[in-house]
Amino acid sequence: MNNLVEVKNLEKKYGSKEAVKGISFNIKENEILGLLGPNGSGKTTTIGMMLGLLKPSNGKILIDGKKIEENRIETLQKINFISPYIELPKKLTVKQNLIVYCRLYNVLDIKSRIEYLVEKLRLEDLLNRVTGELSSGQKNRASLAKALINNPTVLFLDEPTASLDPEIGDFVRSFLENYKKEKKISILLASHNMSEVTRLCKTVLMMKDGIIIDKGHPEELIKKHGRENLEEVFLKLSRSRNELY
Amino acid sequence: MSFIRIYGLFLRHFYLITRSFPRVLDLIYWPSIQITLWGFISNFFASHSTYYNNAVGVILTCAILYDFLFRTSIGFNMLFLEEIWSRNFTNLFIAPIKIGEIIISLVFTALIRALIGLIPAILLTSPLFGISLVNLGVNLFFLFLSLYIFGITLGIFVSAGLLRFGPSFENIAWSTMFLLAPFGCIYYPVEILPEFFQKIAYSLPLVYIFEEARSILIDQTVNYKNIITAFYLNGIYLILAISLFYYSFGQARKKGTLINIGE
Repeated sequence: MNNLVEVKNLEKKYGSKEAVKGISFNIKENEILGLLGPNGSGKTTTIGMMLGLLKPSNGKILIDGKKIEENRIETLQKINFISPYIELPKKLTVKQNLIVYCRLYNVLDIKSRIEYLVEKLRLEDLLNRVTGELSSGQKNRASLAKALINNPTVLFLDEPTASLDPEIGDFVRSFLENYKKEKKISILLASHNMSEVTRLCKTVLMMKDGIIIDKGHPEELIKKHGRENLEEVFLKLSRSRNELY
Repeated sequence: MSFIRIYGLFLRHFYLITRSFPRVLDLIYWPSIQITLWGFISNFFASHSTYYNNAVGVILTCAILYDFLFRTSIGFNMLFLEEIWSRNFTNLFIAPIKIGEIIISLVFTALIRALIGLIPAILLTSPLFGISLVNLGVNLFFLFLSLYIFGITLGIFVSAGLLRFGPSFENIAWSTMFLLAPFGCIYYPVEILPEFFQKIAYSLPLVYIFEEARSILIDQTVNYKNIITAFYLNGIYLILAISLFYYSFGQARKKGTLINIGE
């Protein structure tokens, strides 16, 4: 399978502080890659650079074979992002928000795209409601619809099920699994929910202090580190010195 | 009553103030500007009480023109701030929209916002005070256009600051217009200012616009040189503002403000 995302020797420095120290990895087509690491490990900075929000100090990011720094607008057309730390404009209805983003992403058939997402994400009853008045689970589904509005080939998810109840969390995970299968998109999933990562990801990157300290299939990592589950592996690696495994 | 809790809450705000230069500036700024502006107005009326005798409504007309400038500039900033307040900033900047497109979109939206406020004000002046802006004739269009361009320019300058420094720059957004008001010579002729302030005033398009408005209303003469100079200065400031906005975007991508501002 092709690599839809290629990250090569990516670095980010803020003055003398190195937030990301020359990391490299790929995401294949139809793959969900997990990005794990304690707070401050460089996950958000890495995603920020992949979204074009941050300029890398060194290295390059290729999305579908094109460097994001040189083809920013073209690349942004193919990717999208969801995070609990960002929201849709609160005073607009869900439908108005989706229409706005259809326009921003130059979606041609707005009506059918919205209808498709409304059906898939069970948004029928929410469409004409003001976004700010929705529950966190409802807002999450609306944000997910926005994140898929442009039919992205690469989707970045930053803790997509944080603050959701187990039922909605499970709905979102199942939806993502099915959507990935159907559209063969690549997903980068940053999460602190280890069971979610174990369920969704075939490959996991463990980051700490700006470097990738280990990577592999969740089951392989559990076996390799002699632990019961991924959470224990995470704790072991988080508490260790920056040894490369 | 707990002194410790009171002190704790004091500290929370004290830290906020001392960590942000724009907040400190804001505290100093308002009283200084108000005193300066009204000081000049008082001085002028004390020594030139007959100046406005032949043109009732000059002050009101200038107030409306100034309000249009104010609304255009604040309108532009509000649109930008709205994205920050609603935590939609990141969504906007990861969309495939060019910086030029963002500026143009906000420029038009700001115009609509300004007109929504301006039109009722113009309509009210006639029945309430017997004054019509139409007295300015076709030149009214040029004056409004010039004010609109300068308002947008200030909006772009402030938005560039918001991009670069984040929400702590917000207070500057509210206060730019008041900083320029004394130099704009909105209610008094430029000669009333001290010589050094006159030099600053002449470097801004505002003085030419308001001098021209007074010239038309009081002396019934049109000085096209004023209008052309205002447009010329507007062009220079607009180019500077757009360049600064692009530079700030690049700096924000380097320093990480675009990520932090959205969260």
